[in-house]
Amino acid sequence: MAVTDIRHTPARRANPAMDMGVQALRFLKSHPEVTVTLGLILVMASIGLLAPWIAGDPAAIDPADRLRPPSAEHRLGTDHLGRDVAARLIHGTRNSMAVGFAVAAIASLVGIAVGVYAGFSRIGGAVVMRLNDAMMSIPAVLLAIALASLMAQGLTAVIVAITIPEIPRMVRVVRALVLGVRAQPYLSAAVSIGTRGLPLVLRHVIPNMMGPVLVQATYACASAIIAAAVLSFLGVGTSPEIPSWGGMMADARSQFRLHPTLMLYPGLALSALVLLVNILGDRLSDAIDPRKARKGAL
Amino acid sequence: MLYYVFGRLAAAIPTLLIVSVFIFGLVHLAPGDPAVLIAGDNANPEQVAQIRERLHLDRALPVQFGIWFGHAMQFDLGASVYSGKPVTELIAQRIEPTFLLAGYTILLTVLIAVPLGTIAAWKANGWIDRLVMAFSVAGFSVPVFATSYLLIYVFAVELRWFPVQGYKPLANGPWNTLVSLTLPSVALALVFSALIARVTRAAVLEVLQENFIRTLRAKGLGTARILIVHVLKAAGVPIVTVIGIGIAALIGGVVVTESVFNIPGIGRLTVDAIVRRDYPVVQGIILFFSALLILINLVVDLSYALFDPRVRG
Repeated sequence: MAVTDIRHTPARRANPAMDMGVQALRFLKSHPEVTVTLGLILVMASIGLLAPWIAGDPAAIDPADRLRPPSAEHRLGTDHLGRDVAARLIHGTRNSMAVGFAVAAIASLVGIAVGVYAGFSRIGGAVVMRLNDAMMSIPAVLLAIALASLMAQGLTAVIVAITIPEIPRMVRVVRALVLGVRAQPYLSAAVSIGTRGLPLVLRHVIPNMMGPVLVQATYACASAIIAAAVLSFLGVGTSPEIPSWGGMMADARSQFRLHPTLMLYPGLALSALVLLVNILGDRLSDAIDPRKARKGAL
Repeated sequence: MLYYVFGRLAAAIPTLLIVSVFIFGLVHLAPGDPAVLIAGDNANPEQVAQIRERLHLDRALPVQFGIWFGHAMQFDLGASVYSGKPVTELIAQRIEPTFLLAGYTILLTVLIAVPLGTIAAWKANGWIDRLVMAFSVAGFSVPVFATSYLLIYVFAVELRWFPVQGYKPLANGPWNTLVSLTLPSVALALVFSALIARVTRAAVLEVLQENFIRTLRAKGLGTARILIVHVLKAAGVPIVTVIGIGIAALIGGVVVTESVFNIPGIGRLTVDAIVRRDYPVVQGIILFFSALLILINLVVDLSYALFDPRVRG
């Protein structure tokens, strides 16, 4: 187990929250590649958040202006219903971002809770890991499609459907980390001075595995963004009225031969965002475990 | 060796049982009456009652599961609500394109990714390595349907080398089948190779630092021979493991790709069944793929014995 840069120092300091903020800033300062990638993702997130103010109406239908090439009024042209492609593209950012962050957050929280339990309980852990392995042998995309189709269409259904197959991977990572931390001398030291139960987990176990968990959460975010697009593309994602990149690509299928750009723009936006998130994951992973980085990555 | 084989087999059975419970629960614990769900929006009360009786939905849940699982073990997955045909028959009819697509993809992946990953590790931190790793990150990030449309645009619409979509069955000549499956397989292989190239590189890098490699060099063996014969054999276990695990992702990719290229395989069957709310078919397909996955990973586990004599012990 590598010692992470995001170390948690116990209650000696006056304000642990501020302390963590300072440490996070120091971490970002010493890892410019992480900072730049994170910055670019935040730029895309802000574009999504500001969509109502910087882009036109993504739902305005104009049958007279169907499938138009780019113009001053419609910077990227219009789709088969005469809707502004640029506006839909910008609004679509929100959908992807929301799913990505929600899935990463929920999968991490549930994964940490279950994984820590599995790492500490011998019999319970064996049972949990059995169930976990079984869950992992159901193809994730297939499970997500089935779950999404069983629930009422909407953002919540998409998030739940994608999170459930994502959880077992997180559980596996967390349990392995817990087993690693449990073998460390500082844990025996903490136990020997009487720390046990929840305080032990919250103060010594979880802080010492946050780095790798953060990396795994980043990868979960990337794969969730793709999965959400797949669901929209196959028609079981968020409702077609809500602009999403996957939905735009599904709409573009029938116009593909004559208007391939309708497919290209959302495809590029989707790939760019997922690429950034994946690079962030790789960079974080290298920053946390420099030994691996020296062996060479991108 | 025999002990190892039986141990692996014994471990696969509870996994399959848990997966079955989960897939069964998927439809039966979902909000709403499963009979109404299965009957669809246009069914009248008699039809719903009929379905409830036919599927034993009036019995206790564990009894229902017992009946369903018992039938499933005899390859009876129930009948489609939409066409009335047995689910196993529907799957069997569509198996050819799906298996050929998956097999073609795995073949392409091994041919692309294993040499790329090996060269990247051999020339670690060189420009080839950087290029391969950049390709790997990109392959993870570009969704397979985006790659598919890019390939269709370049090689089918512009260059006209391949058909835009569709599938030619083996019965009409294997060459036509190969041509019709090339673009979808390449699209899938680009994604799959990203994963395998990365793992191959890591595994080969690990082996290259072993002492026996230095011994082989000292013996005067050429680099090519060391890499191909000795390193790849030692790195085989993690590579084959990840190919086995990666097949789960490949199945998801196949569903999407068949939909893009209009290939009448199990993936298209899945999407059609979902759109029609044909839950016996959805349930059957997920169970089929999960069982297949468990079987593949069992075979992978058993193949360790081939690569690693320690396992045979």
